[in-house]
Amino acid sequence: MQLSGAEITLRCLAEEGVEYLFGYPGGAVLYIYDEIFKQDKVKHILVRHEQAAIHAADGYARSCGRPGVAIVTSGPGVTNAVTGIATAYLDSIPMVIISGQVPTRAIGLDAFQEVDTVGITRPCVKHNFLVKDVNELATTIKKAFYVATSGRPGPVLVDIPKDVSQHLAEYSYPSSVTMRSYNPVIKGHAGQIKKAVQMLLEAKRPMIYAGGGVILGDSSHLLTQIVRELGYPCTNTLMGLGAYPATDKLFVGMLGMHGTYEANLAMQNCDVLLAIGARFDDRVIGNPEHFFQSGRRIIHVDIDPSSISKRVKVDVPIVGNIADVAEEMLKQLHASDAKPDAQALAAWWKQIEEWRSRDCLRFDRSNTEIIKPQAVVEKLYEVTNGDAYITSDVGQHQMWAAQYYKFDKPRRWINSGGLGTMGFGLPSAMGVQFAFPNDMVACVTGEASIQMCIQELSTCKQYHLPIKIVNLNNRYLGMVRQWQELQHGNRYSESYMEALPDFVKLAESYGHVGMKIEKPSDVEGALREAFALKDRTVFLDFQTDQTENVFPMVPGGKGLSEMILGSEDL
Amino acid sequence: MRHILSLLLENEAGALSRVAGLFSARAYNIESLTVAPTEDPTLSRMTIVTSGSDDVIEQITKQLNKLIEVVKVFDLNEGRHIERELMLVKIRSEGKDREEIKRTADIFRGRVIDVTDRIYTIELTGTRDKLDAFLEAIDSAQILETVRTGASGIGRGEWILRV
Ligand SMILES: Cc1cc2nc3c(=O)[nH]c(=O)nc-3n(C[C@H](O)[C@H](O)[C@H](O)COP(=O)(O)OP(=O)(O)OC[C@H]3O[C@@H](n4cnc5c(N)ncnc54)[C@H](O)[C@@H]3O)c2cc1C
Ligand SMILES: Cc1ncc(C[n+]2csc(CCOP(=O)(O)OP(=O)(O)O)c2C)c(N)n1
Ligand SMILES: [Mg+2]
Repeated sequence: MQLSGAEITLRCLAEEGVEYLFGYPGGAVLYIYDEIFKQDKVKHILVRHEQAAIHAADGYARSCGRPGVAIVTSGPGVTNAVTGIATAYLDSIPMVIISGQVPTRAIGLDAFQEVDTVGITRPCVKHNFLVKDVNELATTIKKAFYVATSGRPGPVLVDIPKDVSQHLAEYSYPSSVTMRSYNPVIKGHAGQIKKAVQMLLEAKRPMIYAGGGVILGDSSHLLTQIVRELGYPCTNTLMGLGAYPATDKLFVGMLGMHGTYEANLAMQNCDVLLAIGARFDDRVIGNPEHFFQSGRRIIHVDIDPSSISKRVKVDVPIVGNIADVAEEMLKQLHASDAKPDAQALAAWWKQIEEWRSRDCLRFDRSNTEIIKPQAVVEKLYEVTNGDAYITSDVGQHQMWAAQYYKFDKPRRWINSGGLGTMGFGLPSAMGVQFAFPNDMVACVTGEASIQMCIQELSTCKQYHLPIKIVNLNNRYLGMVRQWQELQHGNRYSESYMEALPDFVKLAESYGHVGMKIEKPSDVEGALREAFALKDRTVFLDFQTDQTENVFPMVPGGKGLSEMILGSEDL
Repeated sequence: MRHILSLLLENEAGALSRVAGLFSARAYNIESLTVAPTEDPTLSRMTIVTSGSDDVIEQITKQLNKLIEVVKVFDLNEGRHIERELMLVKIRSEGKDREEIKRTADIFRGRVIDVTDRIYTIELTGTRDKLDAFLEAIDSAQILETVRTGASGIGRGEWILRV
């Protein structure tokens, strides 16, 4: 049977099991929207800005693991989407974006709403396609899903000219595709894994450093098993939070720029480091020259060879899918006669506990005058029993959420780590709430970040999304102000947020519940009240301490052991 | 160090810009890049001459391999190989110079492929060094125009690069 390109597109999405299509219509995608209207398998979610469509699809993908799917029109639709696409790209999130394009005969003629979409998005997608012939549409969409979800995941864009969506073609959806130029490595090299296991068992001061790859590869249970069987300390990156249960005693907290004292010092002083699904980011190891220790041996497991030995030279590279590599590691651990050196390990733990006893995340919990932002996150953790999905924006509030909400499960912590995109929090929370309509979803944000996608309050209303927005309102671009304090002589250049709206009234005008919380004693009650409103979006505007900074902190260009622990260190 | 990378890639619109874009986006050096279809019309063969430390070359190779349309990447420096570049050069050749220029071209095994009473156009193939040496042997004031293709490379003997 002959179908139009638009109908083929919808059929393909249905074949892929796509539940939600986040998008915004326009001229170049009108045929596709017409087909959206005529079917009921794929539910379209109308956002208020294309950036939000991509972030929502992204939040959906991060929380449930299935690829997020979004659709935008040509020209401004695409350029609005670019921030979202780059956000997903830097955090390796599986996503398929359909974009409309001007008709093939108009391409290159500076047509109305024409941009070179493939060119603009090329550096921030895993791959992209321009479909010039309707006969190639179904195969291309199949390839897009395959590439987006296999190997190191990432966003893939399919650009469909308007005439291609109108033209007819015989439709059949391929059950599989093979691409001779794309064959991600899955199984790790057995010999290398053996070497790694031996090295781990010989360690005197071992450390396990796990990142977002463990979550992307659904391998938290395997990581947990490895860590527990060895009894070794484990840290997670910002992207890896939840990969290992945060309340477990073997967990030493997040590492990096705002990581814990114990995690950073253990990272710096270990003699064998197992890096698994983590990419030695500059926010994690600080200055690479300072990080280098001649006695330390490094094992690095990653599905992307280019993540290995990029910033830090490693001794045992293992290219492969974490689930496969971790299973093989466990097998070899069980087969080995060697056991970890109990004495050395006890001494190492003693050292770590000493570092831990510095209690680097302590803050003034007894303050009754002014709300400490950390206290809000701690209460949020209590009130939700640690069982909510937490999204965040970018800034100090993001770091406090990461430090004080203890994630015991993977895919509960949703944030933009690689690109650090302000505006991510609310739309990504929408995606999460669609994936998990009956779960608690909170967006921890700041008064500046929330204004970057505030329009989505309207989407929340339309689809009855009971998201709780936890605004840590410090009237500052707090993270910027903190750097200005530390590195620019307290010159607060343009980091004060003037002319803030009344967020309570703003929320109410969108049809939501707004609350303004000014006293520490009201924090818990407000949170409880908000979560009791199970079918309402609630905007909680916490007036927090304007002067609070995020500690510990490894200042830019410094090494992990050169942390500032608090304002008393300055 | 200077490296010659040889790539097989899908002969598709856009593949070239992905490779070129990668080099500029990641600030890798690029001395020359040549590309043309192979005997298999679905594949193109590309030769890239680049330079960098061993670490940088390793990253370049890995990043190239990551591009979906790149089928294979070889670093020709890892084995014995042959490198050739084609140059077309227009030289002012008048009066007594004509004989001298012709002789120099012969020494470099160049061929005169076009002649006017004032100009020789010479075709020359060889390594980059050989072409450079030829240009140095000619008075630079006489050189009117040069066109160079950039290097193409191939492995020696049984070392065959194919899918
Ligand atoms: C304001 C701000 C402050 C920050 N401070 C910190 C900080 O203090 N500490 C910190 O850790 N980060 C911090 N970040 C985040 C930082 O910028 C990076 O995003 C983050 O550290 C990267 O995490 P990751 O190494 O786990 O890698 P990810 O970006 O999560 O990459 C995952 C890796 O796993 C690999 N992988 C994916 N799937 C698989 C699979 N199936 N099998 C094997 N491998 C796989 C990928 O190839 C990739 O190399 C901060 C960000 C912001 C915005
Ligand atoms: C789109 C975007 N623009 C600018 C920045 C730089 N930036 C990082 S944090 C920050 C301040 C965020 O302020 P707010 O949302 O109030 O959070 P706070 O740090 O005060 O908790 C800025 C401007 C960014 N990350 N993203
Ligand atoms: Mg703020």
